[in-house]
Amino acid sequence: MTAMLSVAELGHTYQAKDGAHTAIADLSFEVGAGELVCVVGPSGCGKSTLLRTISGLIRPTRGEVSLHGDAVRGVPEDLAVVFQDYSRSLFPWLTVQKNVEFPLKRTLGRAQRRARAAEVLELVGLGKAARKYPWQLSGGMQQRVAIARALAYRPALLLMDEPFASVDAQTRFELEDLLLKVKEEHDTTVLVVTHDIDESVYLGDRILVLSGSPASVVADLRVDLPAPREQIATRESEAFVALRGEVARLLNVGKGAEELRARRKADERSARKWAEAERAEVSRAEAEDRAATS
Amino acid sequence: MNRFAQRWLVFAGLVVAWELGTWFADDPFFPRPTVIADAARGLWLSGPVDQLYLSDAVFQHVLPSIGRLLGGWAIAAVIGVAIGVALGRSATAMQYAGPVLTFLRSVPPPALVPVFLLVFNVGTQMQLATIVFGVLWPILLNSVDGARSVDTTKYETSAVFRIPKAQWVLGVVLPAAAPKIFAGLRVSLSLSLVLMVVSELVGTDNGIGSQLLVAQREFDFPDMWAGIVLLGILGYALNTVLLAFERRALSWQPKRERTPATVED
Amino acid sequence: MRALTRGLLGVAGFLVVWELFGRSGLVPAEYLPPPTVVGVELVGLLGDEAFLRDVIATVLALLIAVGLSTGIAVPLGLVLGSVPAVRHATRAVVEFLRPIPSVALIPLAILLLGIGPEMKITLAVYAAVWPILFNTIYALDELDPLLVETARVFGTGRVRVLFSVALPSALPFVLTGVRLAATTCLVVLVSVELLAGGSRGLGQFIMDSHSGVGRMDLVLAGTVVAGVIGFLVNEGLERAQRRWVAWSSATGGRP
Ligand SMILES: Nc1ncnc2c1ncn2[C@@H]1O[C@H](COP(=O)(O)OP(=O)(O)O)[C@@H](O)[C@H]1O
Ligand SMILES: [Mg+2]
Repeated sequence: MTAMLSVAELGHTYQAKDGAHTAIADLSFEVGAGELVCVVGPSGCGKSTLLRTISGLIRPTRGEVSLHGDAVRGVPEDLAVVFQDYSRSLFPWLTVQKNVEFPLKRTLGRAQRRARAAEVLELVGLGKAARKYPWQLSGGMQQRVAIARALAYRPALLLMDEPFASVDAQTRFELEDLLLKVKEEHDTTVLVVTHDIDESVYLGDRILVLSGSPASVVADLRVDLPAPREQIATRESEAFVALRGEVARLLNVGKGAEELRARRKADERSARKWAEAERAEVSRAEAEDRAATS
Repeated sequence: MNRFAQRWLVFAGLVVAWELGTWFADDPFFPRPTVIADAARGLWLSGPVDQLYLSDAVFQHVLPSIGRLLGGWAIAAVIGVAIGVALGRSATAMQYAGPVLTFLRSVPPPALVPVFLLVFNVGTQMQLATIVFGVLWPILLNSVDGARSVDTTKYETSAVFRIPKAQWVLGVVLPAAAPKIFAGLRVSLSLSLVLMVVSELVGTDNGIGSQLLVAQREFDFPDMWAGIVLLGILGYALNTVLLAFERRALSWQPKRERTPATVED
Repeated sequence: MRALTRGLLGVAGFLVVWELFGRSGLVPAEYLPPPTVVGVELVGLLGDEAFLRDVIATVLALLIAVGLSTGIAVPLGLVLGSVPAVRHATRAVVEFLRPIPSVALIPLAILLLGIGPEMKITLAVYAAVWPILFNTIYALDELDPLLVETARVFGTGRVRVLFSVALPSALPFVLTGVRLAATTCLVVLVSVELLAGGSRGLGQFIMDSHSGVGRMDLVLAGTVVAGVIGFLVNEGLERAQRRWVAWSSATGGRP
């Protein structure tokens, strides 16, 4: 397997008004073509920053990122990102359908664009919501729109920043399987950032475990679970459980008191996110009722 | 009774009260509304059938006034939005231009009428210049605010999908700035009306403003009141049309929580 | 610090462009005198008693007009804002009166009130009442119902609620209205002085310099002073707003 993406001695320090903050200390890894790599690490350790440097949105202060052997300067072709802040990444003045079509304007004609958007919206289960505006959807649905938009773009490299964080458990399973399927079909290379250990094991061909802030690679694990993966059987398998335990231990290894605190905060945050997602589902149901009656 | 009927009933009641009051007072300064309406009909609706009953005064005075008002406003809108959006996307440029803009905005536009009179002579150019200079700033400064409001994630999303420059400006920055731009347009539309009158009081022998002046010189109070009422109706109509247009253009917004323009200026 | 230097550079750039344009011959130099000429005149004017009296006349009229319109519009806004029935009933009247430009009333006002200071102040008040009125009404609309209910639960009467809860939370909006009203007042005052003549003021000075002696340098100097007054009024009220009602984010003003 040839290295599609290579990150070498990467470091990034933000310059803020109140001093400098090092988000990434020293990262080196490679991702082969067609691989799905999960990056796990505690909140605030620099995962989003890593994705920004890979996508060429910011220039790292140290080291280098290269794609297909070429150093990344500016945003490369054939790359899509699902941003963590999905609600802001959608355009409120465009319908769901138009949001998905938005990046296709450059490359596809009108009819093709429309067909492609309809197809992926169907894939993520939002066929019925195509003509709605993003604010009419729940958080989880908005996140699916953002995912649909990235998939419709058919990138060679897909970067996803905690893409399933605010969808309900069942949809999450469906979306995970969808991602695996799309990756197989289009031979897409995928880098998924997550702080969910189970998810990283279920999805990944490899798992990169990052230390707390500033980020560095603690371990690079190969996931030897048989394909195709299956939500219940795979998660019950011995290999899965063992790997999950290993990642969990790695994330706790060498943690000082400070990092423990950071983790607890992160857990609280994700608990809150789940609660929010639940509430969002309720309000989604309400919104749909309203839309149906109006 | 619904609110609509209620409010126009109150309106009608006040007009009747005004009629009775002026009838009792019999003061030449305050003609009765019916007399004013009659004067208005004589002024503007006494034309031949093939002109839809519109009199020549409509074509000589009213339409040119409206034309200048809308023309000046449109020119200011194009310049203001273009420069405002460009400045709004560059923090550095705004640091350079900010103080100058703040000062120019503070200059009462009529103060520059003498300058425009000299540079452009009496006539349409001078009137347009007065209107454009006067209404440019609310549009420009609101456009700056609007263009600034595009958040980082939307910028990064657009950058990642490598959307072309034109799509970025027309498809992202303009729609994001649109609510603010419309607020500016609303403020400046009423200001256009003011400056139209100002420029006509000094700069021409045609237009609603100059008709007002003529009526004053001839102590023709019904005609004068008719002119004032016409300006009120004109302002109301223009604002209503703009609001309808704005509502359509911003129909994507979650809730129509339009604050009065005054709050946003 | 960098922003300040850049701002100053921007102003300098503006002056240089004006200077070059004024001297380029594109427009006759006496039509658009360059800032060096205007600046000298301006310094001279600042020591000129008659000019200072004009400035003071305009500023005084401005203060009176802003005071009067606040005194009229705030109580009116409180009534219209807290009694919805009255507000809806008067809506058509208000919507009809508001768009009448105050300058259109100049001819009428001259005949009714003569050309003294009362006339220009009256017109300025007519124009300035609206922003304060609408902001006051808007403020009452925005009033947190929870706050009112809390107060009423504690047995506070309607009038006390108005003064102890509604007014303080409406203050930032009212101040925004006053700020906008002040700007409007200045525009109307200068317009009226310019168009109607009669009472002394900055607008009258500008018009005299233009039509009497054709001194565009004086016209521009007067304009600059008018701009400075406008700037100071706006800036001053914005500062006051930020200081007095720092607790509110709803200042509605531009930073
Ligand atoms: N633009 C920025 N300027 C300064 N600091 C930043 C910026 N973006 C992120 N950071 C800081 O860098 C660290 C890593 O952030 P991020 O990459 O978003 O972490 P993660 O995605 O792992 O939660 C955090 O401490 C965050 O506060
Ligand atoms: Mg992140």
